[in-house]
Amino acid sequence: MTARYDIAVIGGGIMGCATALRMAEGGMRATVLDQGDLGQGASGVNAGTLSLQIKRVKLMPYALKGHHEWKAMGDAVGFRKTGGYTLAFTERESELLHERQTLKAEAGAPIEFVSNNHIRNAEPNLTQKVISASYCPEDGYANSSLTGQYYRGRLRDQGIPYRERCPVTAIAQDGAGFALDTPQGEITASRILMATGAWLKPTAAMLDVDLPVNARINTVSVTERLKPLTSTVIGHATGLLTMKQKTNGTVLIGGGWQGRGTPQEGRGQVTAGSLQPNLALAQFALPALENARIIRSWTGFEANVPDFYPLVGALPGVEGAFVLGCVRGGYTIGPYISKLMGDFILDREPELPLFDPGRNFKED
Amino acid sequence: MLLLCGTAQMADLIDILVVGAGPAGGNAALAAARHGKHVVLLDEQVKPGGQIWRAKDSSILSAPQTPESSAGDALRAQITKAQIDHRGSTRIWQIERQTEGWDVHVLRDGQVERLTTKTLVLATGAHEFVQPIPGWTKPGVFGLAGATALFKQNLSPPGQRTIVSGTGPLVFFVASEICRLGGTVAAVVTPNTRRDWVAKLPALARRVDLALRGALWIVHLMMDRIPIFWGCSVVSVEGVARVESAEIQKLDANWAPKGETWSIDADSLCLGHGLIPSIEAPQLSGVTISYRSDLGGWVPDIGEDGATSVEGVFLCGDGTGIRGAAAAELHGTLAGLSAAEHLGARTAKERATLRSRFNRAARFGLAMTALSTPRPGLAMLTKPDTIVCRCESLTQTRIAQEVEVGAASTNAVKSGLRAGMGPCGGKYCQTAIARFIAMHENRPEAEIPPSAPRPPLRPVPVSALSADFDYDDLPIPKPAPL
Repeated sequence: MTARYDIAVIGGGIMGCATALRMAEGGMRATVLDQGDLGQGASGVNAGTLSLQIKRVKLMPYALKGHHEWKAMGDAVGFRKTGGYTLAFTERESELLHERQTLKAEAGAPIEFVSNNHIRNAEPNLTQKVISASYCPEDGYANSSLTGQYYRGRLRDQGIPYRERCPVTAIAQDGAGFALDTPQGEITASRILMATGAWLKPTAAMLDVDLPVNARINTVSVTERLKPLTSTVIGHATGLLTMKQKTNGTVLIGGGWQGRGTPQEGRGQVTAGSLQPNLALAQFALPALENARIIRSWTGFEANVPDFYPLVGALPGVEGAFVLGCVRGGYTIGPYISKLMGDFILDREPELPLFDPGRNFKED
Repeated sequence: MLLLCGTAQMADLIDILVVGAGPAGGNAALAAARHGKHVVLLDEQVKPGGQIWRAKDSSILSAPQTPESSAGDALRAQITKAQIDHRGSTRIWQIERQTEGWDVHVLRDGQVERLTTKTLVLATGAHEFVQPIPGWTKPGVFGLAGATALFKQNLSPPGQRTIVSGTGPLVFFVASEICRLGGTVAAVVTPNTRRDWVAKLPALARRVDLALRGALWIVHLMMDRIPIFWGCSVVSVEGVARVESAEIQKLDANWAPKGETWSIDADSLCLGHGLIPSIEAPQLSGVTISYRSDLGGWVPDIGEDGATSVEGVFLCGDGTGIRGAAAAELHGTLAGLSAAEHLGARTAKERATLRSRFNRAARFGLAMTALSTPRPGLAMLTKPDTIVCRCESLTQTRIAQEVEVGAASTNAVKSGLRAGMGPCGGKYCQTAIARFIAMHENRPEAEIPPSAPRPPLRPVPVSALSADFDYDDLPIPKPAPL
């Protein structure tokens, strides 16, 4: 048995690792446990889009701060600020685009509407069928595959112990805190933070707390290396497409098309029924993709609660237990909101408000 | 959404879909068809035969028969006669469980198609392992198994003067084929010693026919005065633009290079260190895997006669463990019968009579696998600046750095360095990387599984996947919450 930690973080994704780093800076003895490898859940398999155009209005201040965090991480996470366009191909989409992006611009995102001439000059390989588009110069992407490598390095540099392939199978409360059962032995800590993403429901259930967490099963695909076709992050007014060409020439295609499976069963599965229209829409937007081959498709679990706002705060009813997750746009916002979480656990006043996990959830 | 995905019209419901038309899959299809089942047999090649019984290219049909071409011709004739619906040049790219049965998504003639079947028999065979050595990516270096494909298809030797280096019986087969095709073998180099072979005599006696054939390869090579270096390996390839010579070195009992090296001139090199079961399709259909060094590495978990814990999925042949073609034929028949039984046929008696023949052939095959499987020291052939991942040009040093800073799984190395994210899908580097991690961390290989397979199983053109798309059919979702 190891000495008692000040806090054990369950879940080694962006949020678990970044919060551990914040708490360690504040003087806490933290450890991070992951059921697999660090950064291999949603943090490591999402499409890497850092776009203010797809963030919720109320979360915009967090997303703006998140962009600064990613910029600071820079090359180590493959950060590129490219600017991004959101495209509308029909009148209906155009209306939707104007209505939504206007509200997001009012919330602080530097989003503007651009002329067709502008977009044809900027992205000549896009289809001529664009009827309107919005642009945000702050948008870009990072390489989510590098999440594990990046945070593993940061934890090692800060001397924060972490354990991979170390699922927590039971949590007991003792007088001084928590005892966690793992295949690598019992781990004790005065406090715990649950940051297990789509696995938050079973994690909280170990302490008999029911969190109403659901998971979306988002599909992402990547092509072989192609000659330069596009230089910005491309989105679609409906949200059904995200696309960017990486510096190595591969094009990464997402858009929230649903695969199937549940977190409890392990990884989700790609379905042809989702993949095909997803890629068809990508080719519609960028016709040169017809000559490309898809090398790999996969899914990642995106956790949410019924109101689609984050869980950031104390786990209801359990002294010393905290929960962080279900952040819509969690890849973008994760590194920042983790600092708020860390500050809260350190008993400091967070810079922006948290999102009480004990609130009354109502459908938005 | 369903409207969009159906390139195939209401697909016919197949009883038994067999994937892979080699000795295992071909015989599985025949066995199932004998019991009156509606069988479809898919394969990447134009004609049945698999890698080992590959059909000759039409330009060389008059070439003399070999035992492989005869066996292949017999299988092809039986498949034609049984009126099995064989579909060549067809690649599967995704397998999806449905409420009843399975959807198998294939690519054929540049178009995707969905096949629906009650049961699946996966006979996906094996691919080659090559321990990376300095210079192995130079033009003129071939895999041992890759070279046999070359011979069978167009009867050409790999060069004018070839060094053949590798493990198990394949090295002798390749060398004797090169001689037969008029090439010159500069040397045969094998990590196995004569004593290794003698130790396998009891298992060889299980299939005297096959053992004699192997012995003849060696006799012919000796009669042609071709040097055979036992207990040795090619340790590097020299040459400016392509192979000009190769360095050879003695190996110790653990197959680590030891002692002086010498050089042999050649314009080509065939190099191979055993076969690895191709397990991605079984994994995509939900079958779990285990590490079995006696079977060639990671293999799907199977029960008797190719049954699995996934209902309606049966596996057979080298994809379940490297037991060789003789065992694969019988294993295929057993799995085909199991699948037929699953659909109501009575096959228990027939299977019972076949099992002992299968076990005998398997014991022979596994003895060959034991000779072919690399011992740990062979990993020392890879030097710090040797390319390990060809798709991303990653050296052993780069991989070592990543492992040293904590990437302790094939998945972590893949994410951090893209080793395995290239067009080969990790086929060529994952085993070497797993072995490196095992050696570096002093953990058993059984703790370091290959990273999870991801569809498509083979690259698929976007144009094929997006055919039949009509923008107006796009299902517009409820807008995301503002």
